[in-house]
Amino acid sequence: MLQLEHIGKQFANGVVALHDISLHLQAGEIVTLVGASGCGKSTLLRLVAGLEPPSTGRVALAGEPLTAPHPAVGVIFQEPRLMPWLTVRANVAFGLAQLPAAEQMARTDAVLARVGLSNFADALPRQLSGGMAQRVAIARALVTRPALLLLDEPFSALDPFTKASMHEHLLDIWADTRPTLLLVTHDVEEALVLSDRVVVLHGHPGRLSQTLTLDLPRPRRRTSPEFQAWKQRVLDALAVEVGA
Amino acid sequence: MAASTLVAPLLAPAGPTTASPTQRPLGPRQWPLGAVLPVALLALWEVLARLGVLPPNLLPAPSRVLTTIAELARTGELWPHLGFTLGRVALGFGLGAGLGTGLGALTGYLPLMRRLLDPLLQGLRNIPSLAWVPLFILWLGIYETSKVVLIAVGVFFPVYLGVMTGIQQVDRKLVEVGRVYGLAGLALVRRVFLPATLPAYFVGLRNGLGLGWMFVVAAEIMGANKGLGFLLIDGQMTGRPQTILASILLFAVLGRCTDSLLALLGRRLLHWQDTHGTSFS
Repeated sequence: MLQLEHIGKQFANGVVALHDISLHLQAGEIVTLVGASGCGKSTLLRLVAGLEPPSTGRVALAGEPLTAPHPAVGVIFQEPRLMPWLTVRANVAFGLAQLPAAEQMARTDAVLARVGLSNFADALPRQLSGGMAQRVAIARALVTRPALLLLDEPFSALDPFTKASMHEHLLDIWADTRPTLLLVTHDVEEALVLSDRVVVLHGHPGRLSQTLTLDLPRPRRRTSPEFQAWKQRVLDALAVEVGA
Repeated sequence: MAASTLVAPLLAPAGPTTASPTQRPLGPRQWPLGAVLPVALLALWEVLARLGVLPPNLLPAPSRVLTTIAELARTGELWPHLGFTLGRVALGFGLGAGLGTGLGALTGYLPLMRRLLDPLLQGLRNIPSLAWVPLFILWLGIYETSKVVLIAVGVFFPVYLGVMTGIQQVDRKLVEVGRVYGLAGLALVRRVFLPATLPAYFVGLRNGLGLGWMFVVAAEIMGANKGLGFLLIDGQMTGRPQTILASILLFAVLGRCTDSLLALLGRRLLHWQDTHGTSFS
């Protein structure tokens, strides 16, 4: 459903961030991009989000070229990025302005219940903890029912316990409506808990290094020997890149 | 921020508003401490004046100042003075803040307009605004127009700077969220830029209003037959310091009241801010 064809990105200052990246995502697939910091993974996500144009190549969604932010593509950023002047409810409904008020309300309430924040609907962002704020951001992205959800290190600022419960949350939600997920992370365990495929990028400029297709059944246990073996394989793939 | 530090030294009457516009009034447990010194000084002044230690032709007692105001109010003489001064400030503030908002929005939002207009405006800002007085009088006469324009010039720059820097400082990350949801142009301005700029805007408005009150005094001292500033000069000419002090007191009260109105409006609109001033709500 998402096609990246020979994507390259060079910034105005001459820095080449990405070189010749091709990647296809199936509908309902969860794909994780891993790589050392600065390898261009977030840039790649920004191109898919339509926030920046690629310098070369093309991004296509269901065959249609993607050149600007698309209603079927949701984005969850590294930070919650909530509008501080809007209540939790209004933040979640931010992308629903075209819908009738009743529909906005119904969808927002449902999603807030889904992320366990119904009691905070009228709170302001400043009253939320980091984990709660990020759940609001997830709710804001989900409420528009995107077919493709882009996640840019969305849990990296959270403590390990909150992070693990967010993984559960995300997988539950994914099981509901099966959106396609493209996730950027530098946390190998996160990649292994969530993804069908792990794509390893290596940097300067970022190129595809390896694609690992995980055959682990869900739910995945971090302590299982298979999980640990996969972790070693991904770490090896990353290490090759660091050594290169 | 830059705008308020630049104008703060000029803001003696209204007090600098560098703090957040949402700064809360002191709690009931705190105010008596701040009131101790003023009350003590007033009492000392009153006693010294009554004992004749302070010469009444130079520094009349506070009670004398208050009875002067009461007398002006009773004879009806006070109201035209108040009305003219308030009217001039209102007109000048409206004109200056309106232009400051418009041009600030233009230069803040459009880099091309900033490159075109901002150097000129920053250059004009460096002229001490009171230096315009002779020219304005020459061009616009000594009546209302020159006064209102002078006040407008004073109000313009803090508001212009507040709006422009406010827009430039809007968090790129929030703008991106707007873009992800397909917002562009006016919709993006209304739903992201406008609310995000409001805090800086209110700082600019309050600084501008403070300058407006300062400039109305200057304008009325230059030549007026109505207004609180006229009372200042009248008191000086006729050797009545109680009239001068009454006028000063009224300026202070009016300045404070109008500033509080703006502050109240700001608190209403900016209750969402996550700042030191609101953190204990």
